[in-house]
Amino acid sequence: MFKHTLFEKNSIFLVIGILVVVSIGGLVEIAPLYWLDSTIEKVRGVRPYSPLELAGRNIYIREGCYVCHSQQIRSLRDEVERYGHYSLAAESMYDHPFQWGSKRTGPDLARVGGRYSDEWHATHMIDPRSIVPESVMPGYPFLAANRLDYENIEGHLRANRTVGVPYTDEMIENAVADVEAQANPDEGDVDALLARYPGAQARVFDGEPGKVTELDALIAYLQMLGTLVDFDSFDAAANSR
Amino acid sequence: MTEHEIDEVTGQRTTGHEWDGIKELTSPIPRWWVYTFYVTVAWAIAFMIAMPAIPLVSDYTKGVLGYSQREAVRADIEAVRAAQGVFRDRIEQASLAEIRDIPDLFDFAVAGGKSAFSVNCSQCHGAGGAGAPGYPNLNDDAWIWGGKPDEILDTIRVGIRSDHPDTRFNQMPAFLADELLTRDQVSDVVEHVLQISGQAHDPAAAARGQPVFREQCSACHQESGKGIRELGGPNLTDAIWLYGGSREEIRRTVALSRNGVMPAWEDKLDEVTRKQLAIYVHALGGGE
Repeated sequence: MFKHTLFEKNSIFLVIGILVVVSIGGLVEIAPLYWLDSTIEKVRGVRPYSPLELAGRNIYIREGCYVCHSQQIRSLRDEVERYGHYSLAAESMYDHPFQWGSKRTGPDLARVGGRYSDEWHATHMIDPRSIVPESVMPGYPFLAANRLDYENIEGHLRANRTVGVPYTDEMIENAVADVEAQANPDEGDVDALLARYPGAQARVFDGEPGKVTELDALIAYLQMLGTLVDFDSFDAAANSR
Repeated sequence: MTEHEIDEVTGQRTTGHEWDGIKELTSPIPRWWVYTFYVTVAWAIAFMIAMPAIPLVSDYTKGVLGYSQREAVRADIEAVRAAQGVFRDRIEQASLAEIRDIPDLFDFAVAGGKSAFSVNCSQCHGAGGAGAPGYPNLNDDAWIWGGKPDEILDTIRVGIRSDHPDTRFNQMPAFLADELLTRDQVSDVVEHVLQISGQAHDPAAAARGQPVFREQCSACHQESGKGIRELGGPNLTDAIWLYGGSREEIRRTVALSRNGVMPAWEDKLDEVTRKQLAIYVHALGGGE
């Protein structure tokens, strides 16, 4: 008969026993996602973030936007009616880390792209209550003043490539130029940017041409959120879960 | 091995441990608890058979019920649409004028429009449609691109200076920044605009500004300043200002221009919702 006293009298066996049991729970739930074909939907349109969008995403994380805003439209009627098509796993497959969030003090942002004008975002970021009087969001006026630090953006692309985002050598080499072209399209090679990042929106996002600010990057990121998937070609029946 | 002894009072065995004379019984777990536990085990097995559960090589077991969360939400929405179908179909087929004449259809459109407005429009135009600087008030009777139901519907569909191919579009030049006017000319034109809008102004400067206005501004705002609806040129003679009617704000508008953007909603909202919105916005009070 198995002697339970072994675990009760030797703490190292108890620790090993706990690890084994907890690992089984984790492995059963997590591991299959790495080999099942259905984990990530096959969709058209999703691409890695452009360097400017990635920089904006870093600011989104730095400022803790995820503390109040989720980026995950659940497959429930009230959410789909309010925010649009439920989020797909494919839409956050290049997110490291993902920004699904777990709390909504503000609205979900998974499909905020294109819903407001750039000017709205700029005004709202500087002083939210100037256009939404009932808002409780803090202002981020310093974003408009801060120059975006993007000299090291290549490193961010490279780090993402290390964890599986398919950035090419060409994308990494041109990262700095792509940041400038997307935020100041008059002075950059927008065609090359669009060839590398189809569907990227290139304009002066913060209303101040010339310098690339943190606000430029953040608005560029917000304006592309949820806009990449080509839902006309999305086969809902094949991707039923 | 510890010696098990029998407790005299209960007749149960003890654990054999003793703490200062206190001994612990090894009473069996209550029956109801044990049976509940067996039921949960059976439930878990049945659930794994009924619902999607077990990962296989490239796929997973779908369960005999074939439940799908995504299918469920699709069915949910379809059911609600079907329940609203009697109204939705009529709204889809009727013109906006017809909808306004049929009381129950009108009520349905206003209710749906109100709910769509709070989700999609209130962030810029305000919860009650009162607008904000740069975002028009929809309650008043000043309309830049037209206040008839069909004009409102079209504005919602294509947006203003949006990325829609048919977007409503015009572009006011930045007269000072683009060096179309000198600093003095800008000041004179501003005085002229103050004059035609009935505000305190410097008459001499306003007189100097009038020919400049005629030459540079009348193509979109008319010589009288009453605006041209077809071009989206706002009326400058009323007391309603999109960006503010003070001397400083008008100067900023003339010098640097403003070109507000409204997104196009054709791809985001279906036609029935857009029609409901148009009816609702029109009914806010200022509709023509």
